[in-house]
Amino acid sequence: MKKRLHEEDCLMSELVRLTIGEARAKLRAREITSAELTDAYLSAIDAANPALNAFVAVTHDHARAMAKASDERLGKGGNGALEGIPLGIKDLFATQGFHTQAGSHILDGFKPRYESTVTANLWADGAVMLGKLNMDEFAMGSSNETSYYGPVVNPWRAKGDNKALVPGGSSGGSAAAVSAWLCAGATATDTGGSIRQPAAFTGTVGIKPTYGRCSRFGIAAFASSLDQAGPIARDVRDAAIMLKSMASVDPKDTTSVDRPVPDYEAALGGSVRGMKIGVPREYRMDGMPAEIETLWQQGIAWLKDAGAEIVEISLPHTKYALPAYYIVAPAEASSNLARYDGVRYGLRVPGRDIVDMYEKTRAAGFGREVKRRVMIGTYVLSAGYYDAYYVQAQKVRTLIKKDFEDVFAAGVEAILTPATPSAAFGIADEDMAADPVKMYLNDIFTVTVNMAGLPGIAVPAGLDGRGLPLGLQLIGRPFEEETLFRAAAIIEKAAGRFEPQKWW
Amino acid sequence: MSVTIDTVKRVAKLARIAVDDEDARRMTGELNTILGFVEQLNEVDVSGVEPMTSVMPMEMKKRQDSVTDGGKAGDIVANAPATEENFFLVPKVVE
Repeated sequence: MKKRLHEEDCLMSELVRLTIGEARAKLRAREITSAELTDAYLSAIDAANPALNAFVAVTHDHARAMAKASDERLGKGGNGALEGIPLGIKDLFATQGFHTQAGSHILDGFKPRYESTVTANLWADGAVMLGKLNMDEFAMGSSNETSYYGPVVNPWRAKGDNKALVPGGSSGGSAAAVSAWLCAGATATDTGGSIRQPAAFTGTVGIKPTYGRCSRFGIAAFASSLDQAGPIARDVRDAAIMLKSMASVDPKDTTSVDRPVPDYEAALGGSVRGMKIGVPREYRMDGMPAEIETLWQQGIAWLKDAGAEIVEISLPHTKYALPAYYIVAPAEASSNLARYDGVRYGLRVPGRDIVDMYEKTRAAGFGREVKRRVMIGTYVLSAGYYDAYYVQAQKVRTLIKKDFEDVFAAGVEAILTPATPSAAFGIADEDMAADPVKMYLNDIFTVTVNMAGLPGIAVPAGLDGRGLPLGLQLIGRPFEEETLFRAAAIIEKAAGRFEPQKWW
Repeated sequence: MSVTIDTVKRVAKLARIAVDDEDARRMTGELNTILGFVEQLNEVDVSGVEPMTSVMPMEMKKRQDSVTDGGKAGDIVANAPATEENFFLVPKVVE
């Protein structure tokens, strides 16, 4: 009996190690069933979640029902792109009938009566929902420490150290779950770096597609001109497979761009011979750790070896992207979060009249970071300050986008930069807590991409001196995600795979 | 430009977020740190530059002016804290 249980454990732990690409093949060949795969993940989640806190809601029964339906379809020769593949869904996506709270107290008990387009696409392709993933509240954060559900713990630890590290944010739950084998892949969103930075901190692949590629319908809005959905996955192939399912043209989102979704997987293995790759001098920051520079040079060497042409470029307004973002994003957030008022959904704190109810509900329902950003946003949009701050930031944004347009017009097809200025840091790091701007600096390499609406991918490229993962970022032309997948695959092949040591 | 505690209280009123004196004091410091950080945008020469209105150039999508949704009041009020006969109930609105 004991031996059989042990064998079962081994089989289960092998199942969760399969990538989406590998699992897909085995499911189609009927070597494994979706029921087995889903059960393996559910067991892994139940065992790991107390330590990692990646999931905020696990949908056991629903997952099993979906897996059963997938197995039936697979039995009849069904070949949905993600048939039977168990995924985790960031808490920001509306999943009909299930917990959707954007990591916030103010959406207490909210169970939407509608489905987000991105998740509807995944279910239509046969994927299985394991549950909802932890995140920074309303996607505001770079460490998953602002969540109402508490921080997520990074499955990675520094060598010889058992200090709990952040997985990055806001998609910290997504990145941690993928890295710790708690789901085959996860959905995430990125407004200033929230897919790419946590991917870099956890040794996973994350892509933020071009603005307008994925529908924002059913995704709780943070900053409407910056938000984009994208996958976090274990390798480049898996990310390509997921993005193809997630993306669509959606009449329910007026910012959804009318372009067909290409077969991203087909771009993998393509050559980068002759591809012009730009290296921007302004991304070389003062005080940047030497390890980051070394990693960057290594990435350049790998691409050069594969035949790419490396060119030094200038993106002169780079340093203004972060301050401009911290005006534009909070401004848009203050508008988007006005709807959380205790009337139609979520938390209500009673008040003596309606204004008192609004004020008390929002004070109790929003966390500190969200309040900070709503306040900044309200201030910069208020009479007397609108021109000085918001309009100025939007003008700078035009210049930031123009920097990229100029470089692309000169023939550059992709830009290589570091993904983050450091590896994962400790939970409740005192420096970060004391100064809000210090936390914001985590997004210094990623924010430019959202401001310009471009696609960006983070791919694991190495480990730092303490054995923690570091990623490289590739930025592409609008709607040329295939170029990013092709180049990222080259880096991945050269760098290898990075997996945490299981301590949980 | 920096904010005073009075400005913070005024902004909190606009944002409909209750702040007590301690909150307001703390927020004044935090907001000033952030505003100090964004101050550098004034260095940029933006003469002749249009503010960005759409990050992806596109023509605004239109749809047929016809009824394609509705008849689901139950769904709309399902998550509300207080409802009656498909109305949202709120404390009285004081003029």
